Amino acid sequence: MISEYLDFIVQRMDDILLFSTQHLQLSFMAISIAIAIGVPLGITMMMFPRVSSLILGIANAVQAMPSLALMGFLVPILGIGTTPSIMMVTVYALLPIIKNTYTGLTGIDKAIIEAGTGMGMTKFQLMTMVRIPLALPVIMAGIRIAAVMAVGYTTLVALIGAGGLGQLIYRGISMVNSKMIMAGAVPAMILALLIDRIFSFLERLVTPKGIK
Amino acid sequence: MIKFENITKKYGDTEVIKGVNLEIKSGEFVALIGPSGCGKTTCLKMINRLIEPTSGKIYIDGQDISTLDAIDLRRNIGYVIQQIGLFPHMTVRQNIELVPFLKKWPKEKRLKRVEELLRLVGMAPEQFMNRYPSELSGGQRQRVGVARALAADPDIILMDEPFSAIDPIARTQLQDELYELQEKLKKTIVFVTHDIDEALKLADRICIMKEGTVVQFDTPEVILKNPASEFVENLIGKKRIWKKPELVSVKDIMITNPVKALPSRTLAQAVEIMTESGVDSVLVVDKENRLLGIVTAENIRQNKDKAKKLEEIYTRNLFTVKPDDSVLDVLRLMSQKKIGYVPVVDENNVLKGLVTRSTLVNLLGESLEK
Repeated sequence: MISEYLDFIVQRMDDILLFSTQHLQLSFMAISIAIAIGVPLGITMMMFPRVSSLILGIANAVQAMPSLALMGFLVPILGIGTTPSIMMVTVYALLPIIKNTYTGLTGIDKAIIEAGTGMGMTKFQLMTMVRIPLALPVIMAGIRIAAVMAVGYTTLVALIGAGGLGQLIYRGISMVNSKMIMAGAVPAMILALLIDRIFSFLERLVTPKGIK
Repeated sequence: MIKFENITKKYGDTEVIKGVNLEIKSGEFVALIGPSGCGKTTCLKMINRLIEPTSGKIYIDGQDISTLDAIDLRRNIGYVIQQIGLFPHMTVRQNIELVPFLKKWPKEKRLKRVEELLRLVGMAPEQFMNRYPSELSGGQRQRVGVARALAADPDIILMDEPFSAIDPIARTQLQDELYELQEKLKKTIVFVTHDIDEALKLADRICIMKEGTVVQFDTPEVILKNPASEFVENLIGKKRIWKKPELVSVKDIMITNPVKALPSRTLAQAVEIMTESGVDSVLVVDKENRLLGIVTAENIRQNKDKAKKLEEIYTRNLFTVKPDDSVLDVLRLMSQKKIGYVPVVDENNVLKGLVTRSTLVNLLGESLEK
């Protein structure tokens, strides 16, 4: 059984590598976009507390929507292929980033903020010199969750023609070929774990020395 | 100089500061004290505009601070807060040089200042400069907090219960250090505390607040001696006088109408005077009430001739004290010279009163009864 599976893997090595690369590219693209949107959004929420619950509500609602259904909605609008796939994954990766950015920035000890303000730091200086450095580990944790989620969702969007390891899985499902399913699923798992490792390393790296 | 003029602060319908007028002199150490919710911290934070008053004006050196740029104002006022508020992700050095950094001092000057300040608060720069706050003890952190407030050499320093989160031993030491520092630097310090002992120990003047108003604003001596109300009395504690006996002066406790006699009186008359007043000695004064000496019942008993005049037998060269001397001086004198009474005279030797052992015992008794 295992040797059969290994044989299959070796046979399909080219495919697996290709799909893995594709998978990673898609996930990274989505994660980068999610960071680019999510972190500034989280900062905005902190600066304008009134809109924070609105943004958080929307993000929560999107997150709660079944991913298959969301995909169904998006296909008529965006069509199929790489772009809508990346968008889908991005949408799901946003929430943990927004949430963690927001909580990270707002969860800083009030005394520290007051000390900074009282010493004459501007709002901007407070943000760049105090809030962001102190919130960075929390933000990074959000990104890590988002990245692992993105790797998982990228498997799903193979349904709308994104490529990636999901293709192997779907092919395996339609052909009732468990070896094929495994050939997609196991690398996807490995990728997810790897990403988790890498990001938790980054998380430690950005944690300011004084608060480790 | 800091001046509060009719300051009020309302949060919704609740008036937390109800028309405060204050004048804090340059170089003065003022403690704001009162129960929580009395508005002391609110008043403090109005000085660096962390809180804006609802009405009224605050002047620093004659300038209405609401017309100044808040950021600039804050950079020129030192600020130390309760939980110290050191930035955990910055080293001791970065923390201390923060305001100079914001003020764009050159790097060399900042470094020199950091070293100077660390030495000032008794920490070796080379040992502590590159440590993080988490690597310091509570007391050390507080010292860094004070150093940070002094960094840009502000004239005014605001301290919001800086020592409240520190263990009692370290606190006492920090208080002593702050006192010495202030003796050296002569900054204008506004210090919020809820600890009356701390206020008495450090402040030149104490501002006692209650429910948004100033109840009494005066020197520790005056507050201890003449508390403006029962509230103040309770705050300072009734036995306070014995915690600070050096603040009690002779004129507060002396007997103002001691038994006295002119030197021309005969011994028989003197005995009569003593019996009448139930005392065993009489002070001898001249017509201008200047103290000449004392005659005790024992002296008289030794003289058979009761027709003698007092001037022939009275004891001269008495130990005396002045009305403004402290009770401590009297106690010291009494125990050193083994005497039971000390006359009180002014600089012209005019008799003002008398302190006896029993006066002191009575006073002590009274203060314990309360």
